[in-house]
Amino acid sequence: MSDFILKSAQFRKEREQAWRELEGLLARVEKDGLRALSAEELNRLPVLYRSAASSLAVATAISLDKNLLDYLTALVGRAYICVYGAKRRVGEAVSRFFLIDFPWVVRRYLAFVAVSLVLVSAGVFTGYQQTTSDPERYYSFVGGMAQGRTPDASTKELREFLYHRGEGDLPVFASFLFTHNSKVGMLCFALGFVAGVPVVYLLFATGLMLGAMVALYASRGLGAEFWAWVLPHGVTEIGALCLCGAAGMVLGISLVFPGRHTRLHNLALHGRDVALLAFGAVAMFLVAGAIEGFFRQLVQDVTVRWLVASFSLAFWIWYFAAVGREAGRRHGRDLAR
Amino acid sequence: MAAISLDRARIHAIRTPEGVSLPFVVAPAGDRAVAFFLDLLAIVGGTIVVWLLALLSSTIGLGAVGFSFALVTGFLLWNFYFVWYEIHRGGVTPGKRRTGLRVIARDGGPLTAEAVFARNLMRNLEFYLPVLALLAPEAMLPEAPGWGKLLAFAWMLVFALMPLFNADRLRCGDLVAGTLVVKAPKAVLLDDLAARRSPPAAPAPPPQEEFAFTREQLDIYGIHELQVLEDLLHRHDDGTLDGRILDDVAEKIKTKIDWPRDRWNVPVRPFLDAFYRAQRGSLEKRMLFGQRRERKRG
Repeated sequence: MSDFILKSAQFRKEREQAWRELEGLLARVEKDGLRALSAEELNRLPVLYRSAASSLAVATAISLDKNLLDYLTALVGRAYICVYGAKRRVGEAVSRFFLIDFPWVVRRYLAFVAVSLVLVSAGVFTGYQQTTSDPERYYSFVGGMAQGRTPDASTKELREFLYHRGEGDLPVFASFLFTHNSKVGMLCFALGFVAGVPVVYLLFATGLMLGAMVALYASRGLGAEFWAWVLPHGVTEIGALCLCGAAGMVLGISLVFPGRHTRLHNLALHGRDVALLAFGAVAMFLVAGAIEGFFRQLVQDVTVRWLVASFSLAFWIWYFAAVGREAGRRHGRDLAR
Repeated sequence: MAAISLDRARIHAIRTPEGVSLPFVVAPAGDRAVAFFLDLLAIVGGTIVVWLLALLSSTIGLGAVGFSFALVTGFLLWNFYFVWYEIHRGGVTPGKRRTGLRVIARDGGPLTAEAVFARNLMRNLEFYLPVLALLAPEAMLPEAPGWGKLLAFAWMLVFALMPLFNADRLRCGDLVAGTLVVKAPKAVLLDDLAARRSPPAAPAPPPQEEFAFTREQLDIYGIHELQVLEDLLHRHDDGTLDGRILDDVAEKIKTKIDWPRDRWNVPVRPFLDAFYRAQRGSLEKRMLFGQRRERKRG
């Protein structure tokens, strides 16, 4: 009867063993992840995947067995997901992120970060100018964030606020700051999808608020002390806010001006990269929250506050300018890309 | 039989780096919603547990530690639940696993951590913001007039319902990250009907010439009919098909191909098996010569 066997049936008979083996590996990976496989099986997986993919290509050309075609399509699909689905473990992804991707992506979108910084600064400047000329404006700029720091408060009260020593609830305060700021930052990124307009407003409004407070404290001769209070965490926090703002602007611009690509493609092209900016910003907010929640409450000395502020500024400049240039080139994270 | 029904469902073909074109079934909006709801349930449940723990810790004087723990853990749950699972499990969250869905990269490349992060950051805009607007309208745009709030809400709804407006069911996050949610492929390999030997218990197969088909007889049906027959035979093997249907089918085929009257009363199943094998052989041979006949003549 051997001459009666179809070519396609013969083809299946020769390859079926490998498909079954792949199927077995896939079932285990889908259940317990890649670590379910031994080193040897792990090496086998891509080999089996490629042979199944070639089987599929051959089968579409020579076989009319629908069940076989469906099976192979599904098998190759599953294997494709296993082989290309998750590239890294979470820990590996995180360390690569901080050592290579984050500084790289900041350098790549530096122009947008600079624009964000200009927007915030413009906000600070405007807020300062306006509040100095008319203290009543303070209320519309700062709004609900004033917490008693209003033009009606006495100089002594304002001063006390700068040197307020928090008691046992410091961790709560710090975690509240971290979560609140991160949420604002991530929202900033998401709002970029709406052509980036709300991002610009958010950055400017933050600047206005800061500027108004500066004006208030400066009018009582506490300007330098206020800066010493705000900058130790402010450097990190404003930096993170600028990154989120840059991410939002990039999204907006890639949507409005897609250039050579289609809108959809261009959005996906930039979207993944600027998501890195937002993720890095969340990490920076964590640092800023810790400084604000613990350090600022515990350290009252103005000189130390200035030192920490300058140190954090120097650190971020060094980090974004220098870290990951070599390794980035090795991993295809080159600015010339 | 085959769990993938390629009919009617929207297919998105992915070109893998090996150059093979793989058809994936786009996940229907309903499945997506169920998956999201399940995940949301897990997040809300986790948040409640964490806050209960915090309350418990405050009774033994560890309130500050407990509350900050709850704040940060709650934040991580709400913002990184999806990210963690989708990186760690390669595009599957517990809810997606339940509903048999997966995230893949639309361009066929690997699903990267940044893509996962990007697609989940957008949930802020798609879900959390509209829900906030719904639950606490006065917190959004506190100074805006009523119609302004309504306008803002309608505008946010557009983003929340984005998947309903495009065929690939892409939500904003998928647009930004270049991802796609598909049904996790599943299919079982059944016996090859053409390579089947008669079961040992059955009577010995009738002599070959009893089932000899001429070229003309095999020149009538096309691929579609062949695969319908394949489906019927597989279902007959499963026992999910009434034998009488096979009888009808055999009658029809015999009439159509002008089967000789003197051999009309051959056993049905062996006849259909033999016809399937011969028909497939004939069509596959034609295919090798570049002629695909999709449907029967006339």
